[in-house]
Amino acid sequence: MITRIAAAAVLIAALAAFPLFFGNYPVKLLQEILIWGIFAMSLDLLMGYAGMVSFGHSAFFGVGGYVAALALLKSPGLVSALLLPAAAGALAALVIGFFSIRVSGVYFIMLTLAFSQMFYAVTFQAAWLGAEDGIVGVPRPAELGMALGRPLGFHLYLVGVVALAALALWRIVRSPFGHVLRGIHENETRMEAVGYAVNRYKLLAFVIAGTVAAVAGSLYTQQVGSITPDAFLWTTSGEALLMVIIGGTGTLSGSVLGAAAFILLQSLVSSYTERWMLILGLTFVLLVLFAPGGIVGALRGRVGIRS
Amino acid sequence: MPLLLDIFAQALNGLSYGVLLFLLSVGLTLIFGMLDVVNLAHGSFYMLGAYAGLTLIAATNNFWLALAAAPLAVGVIGVVIERSCLRPLYRRGPLDQVLLTFGLIYLFEDLVKWIYGGKIRSIPPPDLFSASVTIWGSTVPSYRLFVIAFGLVMALALWLLIERTRLGAIIRAGVFDSEMAAGMGINIDRVFTGVFAFGAALAGLSGVIAGPIQSAQPPMGATILVPALIVVVVGGLGSLKGSLAGSLIIGQAETFGKAWLPGASMLIIYVVMAAIVLLRPQGLFGRPLK
Repeated sequence: MITRIAAAAVLIAALAAFPLFFGNYPVKLLQEILIWGIFAMSLDLLMGYAGMVSFGHSAFFGVGGYVAALALLKSPGLVSALLLPAAAGALAALVIGFFSIRVSGVYFIMLTLAFSQMFYAVTFQAAWLGAEDGIVGVPRPAELGMALGRPLGFHLYLVGVVALAALALWRIVRSPFGHVLRGIHENETRMEAVGYAVNRYKLLAFVIAGTVAAVAGSLYTQQVGSITPDAFLWTTSGEALLMVIIGGTGTLSGSVLGAAAFILLQSLVSSYTERWMLILGLTFVLLVLFAPGGIVGALRGRVGIRS
Repeated sequence: MPLLLDIFAQALNGLSYGVLLFLLSVGLTLIFGMLDVVNLAHGSFYMLGAYAGLTLIAATNNFWLALAAAPLAVGVIGVVIERSCLRPLYRRGPLDQVLLTFGLIYLFEDLVKWIYGGKIRSIPPPDLFSASVTIWGSTVPSYRLFVIAFGLVMALALWLLIERTRLGAIIRAGVFDSEMAAGMGINIDRVFTGVFAFGAALAGLSGVIAGPIQSAQPPMGATILVPALIVVVVGGLGSLKGSLAGSLIIGQAETFGKAWLPGASMLIIYVVMAAIVLLRPQGLFGRPLK
């Protein structure tokens, strides 16, 4: 336990100190990885632990991003940057989850997809949200004596928020609640028979995942300075899903590794050739055929055993 | 009267779009019903069909030849994909299939962009249907009427194939319970390959047909995938009848939405699907959920 805490502290310190040793572009990539990392982690809570494969997780990423953009333009503080987006994400997840958890499997996939695409459709056609151009020129939060406005201050703030979110998820999956989720994944009927209110657990998991995803979306808006309807697009959900699968489902840390692999591969390959989509696609195909279980699966030397 | 005319014109547009969706979703629903694979790359076969058609027309200047040959080419690609990539995955979870078929979307889209460039290309309609005709005072491109007629004939042919032939009986048995079908002495491996290739060819056919209406560009495969999935869910997984009904409903909903509710047009098909999944999860013609 102590070694784990020490390792986490070292990791966080290293992430925080990163800009001291590297230039703008690597820092930007790292920030992207961290943002997508917690987004994928929140999806892994649903997929890997509760066994709910969602194809609509972009709904919460986008809600967080849009609420942050609107709120930060009104008043650039931490309430606008974190509290409001998280609350909006939780609310959206409560509503979408209320309907979606009634069905499972492919139907759950399609229903969550439908809800996220509804957000896409609305933002794409809503003039007051900038329609297809989205919202641009969003300021970063300027609390704590403007320090957050500067690049290093923003980086520390981002690392802090991401670390807190990751820690929270890590605690949740190891809590009794997390064990119930795993039980539901293994055998829903039995958990029901043992006396757990399965749907309430599923809904809570959905709301937690949606809240973290909204925080990720909000950080994304702050990092990029804008948000467009594409955040809601099914490919955003799809990419998060790929990151989780690449990393290995049900491992949390795997999701971050998957996000890192995805983003680094994309930026590395695209700096050499225009054909990055081809290479990325080929990589996925080869990964499935030759390295089932994802990165974490391969690291653990469990190739061949399914997660 | 103008209102009725408008309804008529929109309904024709919706019907031609619905027919395209039908050709696309038939394969998707059969592949899902039988192989238990959600083939995200199904839209890619549609795109490949459009580009194969484009090439064949450029080479031979004959639309009909392209209409016959392009689906065959896509069917061959389907055989290769099923044998090399999907076969090892049947015993694994659905997530590996998602990753694989998602990878194929990227792969095919970029490959086509590489070969043909990213620009929008259009397939000229065949000479026979290049003009427009006037029906009840509204002008309709005759190609659209051809698409509708062709799609309905294909629907009938597919229905006869699946409901009235021995091969169709085997396919239905495979959709119902592939293990049992294998136990009855059917070479289910070959049927799987056949159904996958057949579905891919139909998607390719749909791509050629769509060429003169919607024109071709590399992302078209990823774009059409979502409406096709919606059709499958609305109609009921694995059901031919459902696929036809779902296509016609979604085709009309989308077309009328665009014409009459431009502010919310993109929303409509998702609302329709969400309502169906919540009220009748098995879809219009699906088997009741276990």
